[in-house]
Amino acid sequence: MDKTASAPAPSFDTHPTRYRHWTLAVDGEIARLTMKVQPFGGADSEVELKSNSYDLAVDIELADAVQRLRFTHPQVKVCVITSGQEKIFCAGANIYMLASSSHPFKVNFCKFTNETRLAIEDASQNSGLRFLAACNGATAGGGYELALACDEIVLVDDGSSTVSLPEVPLLGVLPGTGGLTRVVDKRKVRRDLADAFSTLAEGVKGKRAVEWGLVDAVVPRSKFKDTIAQRARDLSAKAPQVDRGPGIELDEIGDYRHVSLKVDEKTRVAQLTVRAPAGEVPQTAAEALAKGAQGWALRMARELDHALLRLRFEHETVGLVIVRTEGDRAKADAVGKLLSGPEKDSWILRETRLLLARALRRLDVTARSFFAVVDEKSCFAGPLFELLVACDRSYVLDAEKVEVWPGPLSGGALPGWNGLSRLQTRFLAEPARADKVLAAGKEGPIDAATADKLGLATVFADEIDFEEELRVAVEERASLSPDALTGMEQNYRFAGPETLATKIFGRLSAWQNWIFIRPNATGENGALTMYGKPERPRFDFRRT
Amino acid sequence: MAQSLESIPNNVDLSSDRRLQRALEQWQPNFLSWWREVGPDGFQAHQVYLRTAISVEANGWAHFDFVRMPEYRWGIFLEPKSERRIGFGDVMGEPVWEEVPGEHRNALRRIIVTQADTEPASVEQQRLLGRTCPSLYDLRNLFQVNVEEGRHLWAMVYLLHRYFGRDGREEADELLQRRSGSSDKPRILNAFNEPIDDWLSFFMFTMFTDRDGKYQLAALAQSGFDPLARTTRFMLTEEAHHLFVGETGVDRIVQRCAELMGKGLDPRAHGAVPFELLQKYVNLWFSLSLDLFGGEVSSNAADFFAAGLKGRFREDQLEEHKALGKSYRMEVPEGGKLVAQEVPLRNAMNEVLRDEYVKDCQRALDRWNKTLEKNGVKELRLRLPHRRFHRGVGPSAGLFFDPEGQPIAEQEWKAREQQWLPSAEDRTYVRSLMHPVTERGKVASWIAPPPKGINGMPLDFEYVRPPSA
Repeated sequence: MDKTASAPAPSFDTHPTRYRHWTLAVDGEIARLTMKVQPFGGADSEVELKSNSYDLAVDIELADAVQRLRFTHPQVKVCVITSGQEKIFCAGANIYMLASSSHPFKVNFCKFTNETRLAIEDASQNSGLRFLAACNGATAGGGYELALACDEIVLVDDGSSTVSLPEVPLLGVLPGTGGLTRVVDKRKVRRDLADAFSTLAEGVKGKRAVEWGLVDAVVPRSKFKDTIAQRARDLSAKAPQVDRGPGIELDEIGDYRHVSLKVDEKTRVAQLTVRAPAGEVPQTAAEALAKGAQGWALRMARELDHALLRLRFEHETVGLVIVRTEGDRAKADAVGKLLSGPEKDSWILRETRLLLARALRRLDVTARSFFAVVDEKSCFAGPLFELLVACDRSYVLDAEKVEVWPGPLSGGALPGWNGLSRLQTRFLAEPARADKVLAAGKEGPIDAATADKLGLATVFADEIDFEEELRVAVEERASLSPDALTGMEQNYRFAGPETLATKIFGRLSAWQNWIFIRPNATGENGALTMYGKPERPRFDFRRT
Repeated sequence: MAQSLESIPNNVDLSSDRRLQRALEQWQPNFLSWWREVGPDGFQAHQVYLRTAISVEANGWAHFDFVRMPEYRWGIFLEPKSERRIGFGDVMGEPVWEEVPGEHRNALRRIIVTQADTEPASVEQQRLLGRTCPSLYDLRNLFQVNVEEGRHLWAMVYLLHRYFGRDGREEADELLQRRSGSSDKPRILNAFNEPIDDWLSFFMFTMFTDRDGKYQLAALAQSGFDPLARTTRFMLTEEAHHLFVGETGVDRIVQRCAELMGKGLDPRAHGAVPFELLQKYVNLWFSLSLDLFGGEVSSNAADFFAAGLKGRFREDQLEEHKALGKSYRMEVPEGGKLVAQEVPLRNAMNEVLRDEYVKDCQRALDRWNKTLEKNGVKELRLRLPHRRFHRGVGPSAGLFFDPEGQPIAEQEWKAREQQWLPSAEDRTYVRSLMHPVTERGKVASWIAPPPKGINGMPLDFEYVRPPSA
């Protein structure tokens, strides 16, 4: 049910000095991220964001803050997420915004908010940055899902503030930002209690919220501030000992330097090209640090991430992305070796690698087909080799000087959503083949024929056939059902073990996206449509 | 000294309801300790001439006698059952529900708990007032209001115990755990967390805030959930007395002020409340009470109406009960200007109820203005401020309006706020008037005596007797 045209293109570039809905205050090892949503300050100035409810603009600021904590304030060990509103922590995604959004926007919005929450958990797990949700009031829906992404949840015990997931009983949809998954998989709430909790619109408060495992503690209002401060100090004391660099400022993305995204709306095909470093390549962590945000790897990862978001939100109909790389393979390989070398745990190299891993995982859940093209100009080396194995297919030209160069970085330092390296996922049947590819790369660049033998080419064609093969494949792909393709790709991109993330994207989101288009949610009488309207929803009670 | 269950006046067949007995056995002692802890301070052992409802028959609901408040016989009464059908919303015409429909369980519980929470809250807010009563007559009225708020709590707790299982019992317990003004466990609605520490505020509260209660109860009296409708109908008869206390209380203060002004005297010089201060208190309490109706546009209100849970004021006397395809026109502030907006009628139900309330308040003001006129005050008349003035809920909240409802800048508000609302000095002045008058037949300097006593008793009757008597 697409009632509206695409929303105006959101800007993913922001900075704490320009935040409208959050304030980020850093005090030594502890940061405080306070949400106070401006009611008419969202992406659509017509929609009132009541009760600290959020839209994409609000979540972009959150994602930015989490990113900057890692890069600009690496000394921070604990981030307290709280609200600047009395009696309300956060009411979740704004319902009127959702109800009036197109289906593709809803899906992309949920995906982005999911990625932001997973980035919070990634920071906790890999960067020694713990998160403490200080729920100083009602914590509903997406508000509770935000809290669930934190390491600890403390709820005020004032006799009325609850945590809740009211989506099912109130809106006829799911808590789509990982709520259902984290309740049972992360917090390990008993499934029958989780069932009761998720159908109880008003939620659970006080002692019971602790007993059920929904929060870690409840604290009276008069002791709330002190308890949060104490728990933040405790978390800080227990935070992992990781290298915490001096911090660098992340500049505005502005014009791309290493990435280009060219879109042909008519054929619905985009060309995404990533270029290898041109100048001198850092040999040590200190040299990488000296380059700061201007270093190639960091800048390239940010641009790639940015380009993927633009692709999602600004070019809804583009279904196929042709991925190319260009430049000096030796330089790209050198960067890869630095990022996975002896200094890999130094702060700047670790954070750069983690950022690159997140950008690649953003690609993994982007609902577009990705075809890699490997030709003479290509530079699938070092970090860029990972793009090759991230794509749904690879077209390798059978010619001299066509080479790929997997490095040690592809041996697990850039894991996909399933926790495996993309090479491991690719060769699930014969794990030894992943090692073979890495061993071959250790010797130097791999020529096209060997790459094909090693299983890195979907189609291996000489110059007579190559262009035609590619043209036909592109045209064929463009003709297929976009929905079926998305479903198919998502089933194939992360085979192997399940993780929280694969369950969120593969199960929760998939069900949610189905429910979103069902008449019971968004039909004329659906619950989401009717929310806030004078009439009540009417359901088709056939179970499907 | 707990009241035995057998002595609880009721018409709900308590003696044969095991479930209810079990729940009340546990709750009742907690209620009594709550009453002792935060009920009227310093008067627990006094003998008070109180009215007790002992049955729902015409001669039963107003039984007068002296009683110590902790021994008051709080009872459980529902209006007698009659053949009713749901009178509005999507399920109009269906038989009313005798048990809670699962579908509406949460919403009903929330409605009941929110209403119930105000009852003990007001007792807590008023607990210190006994010390500064203007007369024994007023002291007795205060306690009558207090015990009846206690009974209203019982009425709501009965519904929670009888119809909402374990959750209901827990909510009933929490009603005794929250405390007005507590930073840890405050009462649910903000207006019930402010202490009421002078009698002018008490009368304004019973006039304006209790009147919100009347309209909420009246809307619930239409409910498709029959036990709620029958409970609130009976509560309304008691609520009427609270409104009487407020309306006549303010009227007597107006009268005292007017008598002095009519003679060309300054009320301040004679220990009375000056006119401009009365107007400020009206502005304050009217605006605070308007907030209790909820937001001007409300999806909850629409849901409650659609589901047949909460109707309009005297819904049964209206001609149309679906409220579909109609809209309500209201002016809402947008970017510093007022813009007319058409809101679907169901979503405007809070505003519809507020309309009735405003009319009712205006009627009382007209009466007070007559008192001014009768006593020779020519030009000054009390006025209700515009409903956008000083609001904390709804689209006007956080914005600034003068008492005529015109948008003004924050600076202007700050400059003029003290002309419109009681200042710290005003409150200090009012408090300075509050000296207890407990001599039979005497009243304080700032209030006129009541026109007649209670239940036919003379004005100099000893309505409240000290423990030794």
